[in-house]
Amino acid sequence: MNILVIIFLLFGFMFFLGGAVGIIRMPDFYSRLHPAGKLDTLGIMAMVAGLALYNLHHFSWGAVLLSVKMMLIVFFVFMSSPTATHSIVDAGMRAGLRPWTKKGKQGQTSNGELAQGKE
Amino acid sequence: MNTFFLCIALGLCLLMFLSLYRCLFGPTVLDRLIGVNAIGSKTVVLLLLIGFLYERVDMFVDIALAYAFLNFVAIIAASRYFHKRKGLYEESFMD
Repeated sequence: MNILVIIFLLFGFMFFLGGAVGIIRMPDFYSRLHPAGKLDTLGIMAMVAGLALYNLHHFSWGAVLLSVKMMLIVFFVFMSSPTATHSIVDAGMRAGLRPWTKKGKQGQTSNGELAQGKE
Repeated sequence: MNTFFLCIALGLCLLMFLSLYRCLFGPTVLDRLIGVNAIGSKTVVLLLLIGFLYERVDMFVDIALAYAFLNFVAIIAASRYFHKRKGLYEESFMD
């Protein structure tokens, strides 16, 4: 049982590590949202699932209720984290941030109408 | 098992400092919002680990749920506030 909990926690920690490195290293606002939105959600799911499993070590109905509450946190984060990511992307689009291209500064000015097309 | 929980909690704190870099030096306001969101999602797990370390999980589960909800509301409100600000461009250091 403890081995399973350790595996879950290390799995979630690996995803959190990837998310943090991606947030620092990615070149652009839109590409930074990709690790921030996905990897944090899966990291929370794995880590809280491992903690809820550890909570069931001494079986009682109070412990089961507590684990159900932890899975409710997972459900809420699973609903709210993509919503928050979508809201930040929408704010960036409406404010007119241009997506990053490989050409650098020249590409940033050339596709300005692509970012403004939503308005 | 408590030692392992403590190590995982310390590693999460280190990752929160890594995300704090994006909060402090982000080129635009929305980059700072990404950093705040990442720190908040790590804090939920950190609160549960604190509850296991102090043997008060029944209290810290409620705190973690309230923290997740407050983080969501803060991100939604801040992104709605900044979505038509013209000052978003002048702060950009990229060009």
